[in-house]
Amino acid sequence: MTRSTFSRRHFLATTAAMGGVAATGSLIPTRARAANLTVGFIYVGPKDDFGYNQAHAEGAAAVKEMEGVTVVEEENVPETNDVQNTMESMINFDGAGLLFPTSFGYFDPHVLEVAPKYPEVRFEHAAGLWTEGMPTNVGSYFGYIGMGQYLNGIVAGHMTQSKKIGFVAAKPIPQVLLNINSFLLGARAVDPEITCQVIFTGEWSLAVKEAEATNALCDQGCDVITCHVDGPKVVMETAAGRGSYICGYHANQSPLAPEMYLTGAEWNWAGVYPQMVQTMLDGGTIDNFIRGGLADGFIKMSPLGPAVTDAARAQFEETKAEIEKGGFSVIKGPLKDNKGNVIAAEGEEFLETDIALESMDYLVEGVIGSTN
Amino acid sequence: MSTDIGMWGVPLAILGGAIRVSTPFLFVSIGECLTERSGRINLGLEGTLVFGAMSGYAIAFETGSPWAGVLAAALAGAVFGLFHGWICKFKGVNDVAIGIALMLLGMGLAFFFGKPYIQPVAPDLPAIPLGWWSDIPQVQAALQVNALFIIGAALAVAMAWMFRSTKIGLTIRVVGDSTDAARAIGLNPNTVRLLSTAAGGALAGVGGAYLSLYYPGSWNEGVSSGQGLMAVALVIFARWNPIYCFWAALLFGGAGALGPALQSVGVTSGYYLFFAAPYVLTLALLIFTSSPDKAMDGAPGELSLNK
Repeated sequence: MTRSTFSRRHFLATTAAMGGVAATGSLIPTRARAANLTVGFIYVGPKDDFGYNQAHAEGAAAVKEMEGVTVVEEENVPETNDVQNTMESMINFDGAGLLFPTSFGYFDPHVLEVAPKYPEVRFEHAAGLWTEGMPTNVGSYFGYIGMGQYLNGIVAGHMTQSKKIGFVAAKPIPQVLLNINSFLLGARAVDPEITCQVIFTGEWSLAVKEAEATNALCDQGCDVITCHVDGPKVVMETAAGRGSYICGYHANQSPLAPEMYLTGAEWNWAGVYPQMVQTMLDGGTIDNFIRGGLADGFIKMSPLGPAVTDAARAQFEETKAEIEKGGFSVIKGPLKDNKGNVIAAEGEEFLETDIALESMDYLVEGVIGSTN
Repeated sequence: MSTDIGMWGVPLAILGGAIRVSTPFLFVSIGECLTERSGRINLGLEGTLVFGAMSGYAIAFETGSPWAGVLAAALAGAVFGLFHGWICKFKGVNDVAIGIALMLLGMGLAFFFGKPYIQPVAPDLPAIPLGWWSDIPQVQAALQVNALFIIGAALAVAMAWMFRSTKIGLTIRVVGDSTDAARAIGLNPNTVRLLSTAAGGALAGVGGAYLSLYYPGSWNEGVSSGQGLMAVALVIFARWNPIYCFWAALLFGGAGALGPALQSVGVTSGYYLFFAAPYVLTLALLIFTSSPDKAMDGAPGELSLNK
């Protein structure tokens, strides 16, 4: 008889009852959400990495200042099932009503799988590409940071002596490729002879490989170096240590090597996130697809470093003003990729807002490297 | 500022990479070699390496002296080693399982205490410019040799000599090969193993300090990315011989530089394949040097691998 107390049936009944209690309990935070919003931020690395995660964490810090908002954060969440668990626990235990899973690889399949289960929760993903047919409680936002790399390239084009600039890249995904292409095209706007050597490390954060890649670029004579990895600290310090100029990315890295730092393309999430949260607080709906550039305050440039020449400064400021006016294209004809295929015919151009740029799979002529 | 060296960049990068990247492998593997020669396996050295990287960076930043950081990393590593050695003396405790537990503990503690040190910039360990004879900046850069690399190489030679020709070496070897024989001649195997594990941990800690204080030269949570685990495996590959550990570490460092170097000279396709070079090379060497009779040649008799 004693055994029967622990029978499977009993166990199921008990857990079902507990589930019922839990379900009732979850109604309370749902109602509380209307007045008080809990916002969850999920990062793939540490949030003070001088890079991608720090940029988002600065946005989270700005949200934290807002009235009636609680912020929960979790760092070092891999782009695996772990992020699904993190999102579910933020929703079920912290009562989050708005989530920012910030890493690229969180979107497909993880956000897309979790979102339909929680229709009352809003998911906002950086860099993802929301399209019709995806859950409507999911949104994707991003900034046209390629323009920032174009401006980096202009300064790099003025500063390079060897006419070779270098790029340490993580993975050949569209955003990274657009950054590489923009960096070179910016430099070529100064001098069409310039080439850009790219090295892919294969991972978002791999300190030793990033250092090796930077050294290899310096060995080949690249004297201005930028990157697109999660934490640019290693690349910046190694390149500056080898006597190369550096252009920042994600956040301002000038404290690491003030003399060698030229400028940098930074995210400005602190200007964007509070607006999105305010929309939620006011009971509105955030658009499913949000993009913005320099003019919209989604991205900003680091202050120019002391080494930047007057000529570089002038062209930088002039181009920046032109981009902020709108209607500026980096990818415009005549343009070929580095395998000789035509990307844009004479007169054809892709505006920064062109959705075609978000599926970029080529490196333009002048970039030494390969996408596979 | 630089000379065009074209394809010469590849051998040069392999040489430079071997010197730059090998040091943590070298320290961890000779440390593990010492521990395993005494009859225990400490799989936790990945955790010790990461904790050493963190503590070395933190102390170097607080004191302004990178060498104080190296010392702190060695002490921290020794504490981890002592802990492993102490727990393993109890009956029925499995050294492999404890090692894995300590690896997770070391990484967890390092992440926890290391949070405030991700941003600050600590002073780097100095390097010795052995490339002064060359006019080519790339050669000079490749031959910037860190003092720790030289110390590590010297330690490998010293350890090989110690095992072969000194009383301490003999004591460690006896304990490692037969607990019963060691007891019969009046040695206390637990004490010998405790000290060997502590010394091995200290060496792994120094390897960690090299990572955060010289190359790549900053503390972050991904600084090791499994190098400690690979180094433990290198010991088996190096047949428990410190000199072979040195060559294995060099090989691993050099092969790791191959991927970026080939991309930099324009060999751009299939770079994922080149990134696997160190592992492919290890596999190939293991296959070519393997033989069914000598599979465990050089392995200490008391190692739990052997039982």
